Amino acid sequence: MSTIDLLATRAVKATPPALSKAVRGLSDKTIAWIFIAPTIILLLAINIFPLVWTIYLSFTNYAANRPNRPVMNVGLKWYRDILGSPEVWAAMQATAHFVFWTILFQTLIGFGLAYLIDRKFKGHAFWTTIILIPMMLSPAVVGNFWKFLYQPQIGLFNYVISFFTGIEPSSFEMLGSVMLAPWAIVIVDTWMWTPYVMLICLAGLRSIPGYIYEAAEVDRASNWRQFWSITLPMALPFIMLAVLFRGIENFKMFDMVVLLTGGGPGSTTELASITLKRQAFEAYRTGYSSAFAIILFVAVFGLANIYVRTLNRVKQR
Amino acid sequence: MSITLSTAHSVVEPSLLAKRSAGFIVIVYALISMAPLFWIFATGWKTPPDSISYPPKIVFNPSLEGYCNLFTTRTRQTTDYINALGPPQGTCDEVTRRREMVIAGASNYAPRFVNSLIIAFGSTFLAVSLGVFSAYAFSRFKIPLADDLLFFILSTRMMPPIAVAIPIYLMYREIGLSDTALGMILLYTAVNVSLAVWLLKGFIDEIPKEYEEAAMIDGYTRLHAFFKVVLPQAATGIAATAIFCLIFAWNEFAFAVLLTSGEAQTAPPFIPTIIGEGGMDWPAVGAGTTLFLIPILVFTILLRKHLLRGITFGAVRK
Repeated sequence: MSTIDLLATRAVKATPPALSKAVRGLSDKTIAWIFIAPTIILLLAINIFPLVWTIYLSFTNYAANRPNRPVMNVGLKWYRDILGSPEVWAAMQATAHFVFWTILFQTLIGFGLAYLIDRKFKGHAFWTTIILIPMMLSPAVVGNFWKFLYQPQIGLFNYVISFFTGIEPSSFEMLGSVMLAPWAIVIVDTWMWTPYVMLICLAGLRSIPGYIYEAAEVDRASNWRQFWSITLPMALPFIMLAVLFRGIENFKMFDMVVLLTGGGPGSTTELASITLKRQAFEAYRTGYSSAFAIILFVAVFGLANIYVRTLNRVKQR
Repeated sequence: MSITLSTAHSVVEPSLLAKRSAGFIVIVYALISMAPLFWIFATGWKTPPDSISYPPKIVFNPSLEGYCNLFTTRTRQTTDYINALGPPQGTCDEVTRRREMVIAGASNYAPRFVNSLIIAFGSTFLAVSLGVFSAYAFSRFKIPLADDLLFFILSTRMMPPIAVAIPIYLMYREIGLSDTALGMILLYTAVNVSLAVWLLKGFIDEIPKEYEEAAMIDGYTRLHAFFKVVLPQAATGIAATAIFCLIFAWNEFAFAVLLTSGEAQTAPPFIPTIIGEGGMDWPAVGAGTTLFLIPILVFTILLRKHLLRGITFGAVRK
């Protein structure tokens, strides 16, 4: 094809097709609202309307399994009941235990792994991808197959522990014992989400420019000193971001734990979301569970607020 | 000798020994963390007695029984009845008869898997379509209270799923969306659209404004510039966002288990209900889990460059 032909084709392509006046006349402002409206409408219908409805239900005695019973206003009764309920406080305590230990282990192991991967050994990209796999899996499916690994007689976990320690594999039940079950869910969550913290920490470590270390080396700062005065402070916003994200997610934790322990034995691993599910979908105390949902939502929303502020600070760097 | 070693490389470059030992620890961690996955994968190829033997069998004769049991339902029959039948048709028939059972029909795994596909792809398509328009508007136009709106969009994802599920359950019951694929698609779209807006805004922010401005000087309208200039430029970002939405919808359990029970049930609530005679049918669970996880493994490898961005809602880019 000759050059002129090419130019002609390009000219034709570059000429905008005729559009009707109506479309051409749309101002940027109109387009902006047309582009945003569907998203906002969907979120209003599926998120905000239900939220408002939950607030309303939390002041009533409505029960989902008895829709024909007259609905009565009960005022703040459910809120008072919840804040005074030992069952709720036990659930909050179980949640706090779960959130605290998972975050501690994930941050320590995750940061450690990121630090090692940042030594850029041969094949580090490949092994990083392998390590990331658990966090992409379905928490429900993960909970289900860890239940298999935790079986006292036949499970791989007990077998490996007994192989290394000599303890009889059938002498301890990770999911059946009141003492061990809270740790069983911490182990699975740590297995699953350490890669997440690692990935964010790795980004933090890689954001530290090399010349800072070169300058420190010139000043004869020891490796130990470099780690505490350069590496850790500069990676800290990233670590905090990871911690906040995990905090919010684990505060809401439901699927993995429900399949692993179902909240048991007794109610030792009954996290807040599981209590909420029991009240709402097994006891059908809709009003009560709505109030509980609002309380949880306010707590998460508070965390989310802090999260967004931290996120903005990290972004500005 | 140690002096020559330490000056041989750049001061910020770790020594060979440091690299090797770091590599060793990371590889050991990777192998340990893969062990549970290998185990469930191997269990899919065991017979039920092998799967619950003690000590756990690392070497075993692979069997198709797990996969057969996953896709079929079976009934126990007398030996006479089975002997009276003709020759077995296919491997699964043979494997089942060896356990003195006959295949009664297809299990629910295949339809649940298809439901997962329909709901994941449907909601991803909707969320990304809505998200790309909103993201463009937030990226390019001055929108009053843009930061508040963006925070509002994100905050919808912070709600505990069970808290949202209570009113959704009541609402869907009223309007007849309970246990329908459409209801699940709409719900997952609403959850995913926040991720889509935040991620896509980041990707579109990175496309220079000058591209569209040049096109608009050439006579393109804003809409035309959006479709012909911005969308092609954002293709990678759109693909990465879509995969993140797909993974969420594919993995979701809480809404699925509370809002679907039959027709529209997805695979995650179904897999834990696979039971054989006298307890869980672990080989079938292993097989079902393996098939369910394979798409995720493929997606993880495809996404590895964008993972960081996806999991932090675009807060950390590289």
